[in-house]
Amino acid sequence: MLKVTDSLSRRLANWARVRSPWISVFNTGSCNACDIEVIACLMPRFDVERFGILAKGSPRHADILIVTGPVTRKQESRLRRIWEQMPEPKYVIAMGACGASGGVFQGLYHVVDGGVESVIPVDVFVAGCPPRPDEIINAVVACLGLMKEDLARGGKEWRRKPGEAPREPAEVPA
Amino acid sequence: MPQVILPIGPQHPALKEPVNFKVIVDGETIVGLELDVSYTHRGIEKAAEQRDFIRVVPLLERVCGICSHAHGTAFVMGIEEVMQLEIPPRAQYIRTIVAELERMHSHILWLGVAAHVVGFNTLFMWTWRDRETTQDLLEEMTGNRMNYGINEVGGVRRDLTPGQITSALSRLPKLEEQIAKYVDMVMNQETMLLRFRGIGKLSKAEALKYGTVGPTARASGVDYDIRRDDPYIAYSEIPWKVVTDTSGDVFGRTLVRIGELQESLGIIRYCLEHLPEGQIGVPAPKVAPVAEILSRYEAPRGELVHFIRTNNTDRVERIDIRTPTLANWTSVTVSLVNQNIADIPVIVAAIDPCLSCTSRITILSERGRKTAEMTWDQLSEYGRKSSRERDRC
Repeated sequence: MLKVTDSLSRRLANWARVRSPWISVFNTGSCNACDIEVIACLMPRFDVERFGILAKGSPRHADILIVTGPVTRKQESRLRRIWEQMPEPKYVIAMGACGASGGVFQGLYHVVDGGVESVIPVDVFVAGCPPRPDEIINAVVACLGLMKEDLARGGKEWRRKPGEAPREPAEVPA
Repeated sequence: MPQVILPIGPQHPALKEPVNFKVIVDGETIVGLELDVSYTHRGIEKAAEQRDFIRVVPLLERVCGICSHAHGTAFVMGIEEVMQLEIPPRAQYIRTIVAELERMHSHILWLGVAAHVVGFNTLFMWTWRDRETTQDLLEEMTGNRMNYGINEVGGVRRDLTPGQITSALSRLPKLEEQIAKYVDMVMNQETMLLRFRGIGKLSKAEALKYGTVGPTARASGVDYDIRRDDPYIAYSEIPWKVVTDTSGDVFGRTLVRIGELQESLGIIRYCLEHLPEGQIGVPAPKVAPVAEILSRYEAPRGELVHFIRTNNTDRVERIDIRTPTLANWTSVTVSLVNQNIADIPVIVAAIDPCLSCTSRITILSERGRKTAEMTWDQLSEYGRKSSRERDRC
């Protein structure tokens, strides 16, 4: 449950955030399959708008960033910048095998090692190549669960494993 | 009025994929265009040289998620020709069915996106709803909605059961009815006509000059289709015709694609009804002899070319992929000139760009006369260094 001590406006904002998260999709070098499946989610068959989920073009409007594809070296800094542009509290879903580890593109010369997690902190991973739309919906719902839990516990700190560094984006080596 | 450079991308609400346009405008009119399509460059060609023929097919399918069967088939066709394998007709027919289902899903997807960029979201929703039919069929036949993985060197990996065939045939009439509705909508809806007619003109001479391929070329009156001119898999046995149009604008490209939807449906129906009995594959040798081969395939976006060089091992020595979008970009830079800024999304969408296919690198000497080669470590180092340097400035 939400904290009662919060101000009314804060409680209203939190309620709205959980009831209607806005998503933004960013392609960091994917083969388009994940992007197409994300769009298919918004279409009549799967229709995620019934959960209040709305796709937004700008990351500045988004609560959840969906990252598709292995991160190419050229997109690395752009991904970080886009993540920094998002307002707090922000959540990241990494799509598919590529988002988790680089997938079939692991180790290629223009792909960063270690997937999206090596560039920005990821909250939810979705398995599949590409994940089916129902799995994407499941991931977004799981993300909403995390969001509620974070609101109840006052931040993302509780998810940090012992010995793990604070969840800051990795620095670009000069 | 002075000319202004208008930067768009790589992340932009109007873009679905990362690309950077530098549009040079004079007031509202476009004067020129500079493109940067290298954001999704991963280095697949180089990676394909490191893997054997079994492991390289899934990798090549992921060159592009929308036309994954095109890349897989173009590659296995080339290798099969090198190995001189006789592929059973049933396998060829199954490949054709999947290829045409893929073309249908790609064209329906395109029609939706084109409707979306002109603000006609009703058609966007309708087309994507009906696209689920083709996705269901693909999932039933191959096991996945995208990146089907049906191909292997020597044949296909899954057979069609009689139940699948009847179920597929029973779903086609509904799809046909919906496609007829789109034809009616595109021909008569004022929203579409106003935004599509006379926009992004490309004459036949220009289309030939800039090497345009696929529906973009056919809409400019170039009667060219690999499926008819250099038939592969089962196309020579199937009755169908090439759809062309002479208007050369976005409207023409829409008509060609919708016409191809109807043709594809006919091909799928014919293949399902006349599916030959027999094996779905032959055992393939592990090693391919020394050869160079050019494998051509009519992908949904146009002619796809795989150049393959084998060297008596279980790997390719060199693979070069020329994707249709790469051939079509030049025509965009030409057809955008003297158009309005507001028409950029429509004209760009009209070639159905697929950026994940597109970006390639070539190393040139300083004067641009010679090409060079790099080792894996050099390439890796170059990738790191160049992206960092670019970020700094």
